[in-house]
Amino acid sequence: MASGLHQSEFTNPVVRWIDARLPVFTMMQKEYGTFPTPRNFNYLWNFGALAMVTLLIMIATGVFLAMHYTPHVNHAFDSVERIMRDVNYGWLLRYVHANGASMFFIVVYVHIWRGLYYGSYKAPRELLWMLGVVIFLLMMATAFMGYVLPWGQMSFWGATVITNLFSAIPLVGDSIVTWLWGGFSVDNPTLNRFFSLHYLLPFVIVGVVFLHIAALHVTGSNNPLGIDPKGPQDTVPFHPYYTAKDSVGLVAYFLVFAVLVFFFPNLLGHPDNYIPADPLVTPAHIVPEWYFLPYYAILRAVPDKLGGVVLMFGSILILFFLPWLDTSPVRSMRFRPIARIALFLWTVSFFVLLYCGAKPPEGIYVWLSRFGTAYYFAYFLVILPLLGRFERTLPLPESISRPVLRGGGPLPAGAAAKPMEKA
Amino acid sequence: MAETLATQPGAPHGAEAHRAAAAAGGKRRDFLKLVTAGFAVVGTGAIAWPFIHSMNPSRDVLALSTTEVDLSPIQVGQAVTVVWRGKPVFVRRRTEQEIAAARAVSLSELRDPQTDEQRVIRPEWLVMIGVCTHLGCVPLGQKPTDPKGEYGGWFCPCHGSHYDTSGRIRRGPAPSNLAVPPYAFTSDTQIRIG
Repeated sequence: MASGLHQSEFTNPVVRWIDARLPVFTMMQKEYGTFPTPRNFNYLWNFGALAMVTLLIMIATGVFLAMHYTPHVNHAFDSVERIMRDVNYGWLLRYVHANGASMFFIVVYVHIWRGLYYGSYKAPRELLWMLGVVIFLLMMATAFMGYVLPWGQMSFWGATVITNLFSAIPLVGDSIVTWLWGGFSVDNPTLNRFFSLHYLLPFVIVGVVFLHIAALHVTGSNNPLGIDPKGPQDTVPFHPYYTAKDSVGLVAYFLVFAVLVFFFPNLLGHPDNYIPADPLVTPAHIVPEWYFLPYYAILRAVPDKLGGVVLMFGSILILFFLPWLDTSPVRSMRFRPIARIALFLWTVSFFVLLYCGAKPPEGIYVWLSRFGTAYYFAYFLVILPLLGRFERTLPLPESISRPVLRGGGPLPAGAAAKPMEKA
Repeated sequence: MAETLATQPGAPHGAEAHRAAAAAGGKRRDFLKLVTAGFAVVGTGAIAWPFIHSMNPSRDVLALSTTEVDLSPIQVGQAVTVVWRGKPVFVRRRTEQEIAAARAVSLSELRDPQTDEQRVIRPEWLVMIGVCTHLGCVPLGQKPTDPKGEYGGWFCPCHGSHYDTSGRIRRGPAPSNLAVPPYAFTSDTQIRIG
């Protein structure tokens, strides 16, 4: 064989010809076929794959919606109504896209929580985790701009409030807001650029997802025990074991998704967004989409404009530092009796904030938001650094396979551990 | 780089002379690197600026920036909302009591201290941008049926800011008073905003 060609192991001549020149088949085989994966995943490990599938659904429905949408303040609202009434299956594309955003956030929140519980952010997976936070930020920006496009009342006032967050920046705040708007209020230039960026950012997300997975395939996956695989007896090839397990989860996921789209398509939306945008009238009670409510509650918990904005952005940015704030060498919370309770309370504080974000900023809700905000930050800044020093963790198991395969340490050559011949 | 050159095998000249030349070349190379990097930074900035500036308000948007308002139909105690640069502008013909209330407040009570005199050209006419200085909602208080907040002026329903009869922030998260746009009386019954 000529030098410079890849030594392909495929026998099909066409596949072999391509693989020798561009070894994509070899790469897929290595990364998704024989890739050694811890054998003890639970169903929480489905959510990365679910997020990937949701991203593809969002891009597919979004591209087709864009064929019928008009990004102009005079036509945007009507073009969305036309999609709903006149375009063939337009209602399906739009409801899948709108509810897909909610499903995407549900999946990603579970995926992030999985990482928090099993310590997936710890060495050597810090960069993998940080890339995930970047994806999360990009998702939030994309979702926000997408919500503006139908140009209803919530679209308009959501855009106004969120872009005004930047006016809290000292000195240059107002210039930044004018620049973001392309004018002196949210108007046609704003709608145009949001459409452009809403179309662009998902592809940026695809790029960062690629890096996220590339980093994952260097370190390998974490697992519910949080200990490293010690050999082939602790792993199984990705295919067919986890392709099958992911498929089971995917079917269950699609059931939930379908119920939302076909029976409750407006459950998570706001009726006010079916009123065309009016720059002179703010709706009496404006709230963001449900997935932004915890951060909105943090914003409103602080009686100072700049302070509220800083804490709101800080609540996400703090995740970048989590790998160094949690100083415990034990990854999985299964073996951390106190940290597990602390994380449970953090989860409660997240839901309390989510609840308060939907309520008017007065009375008990302000105080609940303040307690929630205080605990949200205390978990990262006080509790985790201290627990790393003082917590008495439970003994870690000797290996992943040990509790499963009773009676012994490493198996010489377990049948399951052998790479599948076909795969 | 200079070191690799200096230690290259088969160098024709004496080692000492070569090393001296390489050191001088190193300085030249450093200079070239700095100049190249400098040009790259300036060039990138020069190329980026048109893209960034294209997002600032365009000329047609800037051209729409004056609005004339006829004041003659507005009775004492009434208010109208007009649009200037895409934003609502509140024009209110204040009553004697409202003016008196605004002027009775001492500056030490205010978060963003401004006298009522500084905020109006003629005391009867209060002209302000009707955009809450917190996060940009339109405060309520223009219609007789609207809630006017605890200080009888305007109330923002989004996050609960209260403004007084001079449009000054009195309570709530907003950091500053409702902004007064540039305007002038073109006659006794007409103003031009912008």
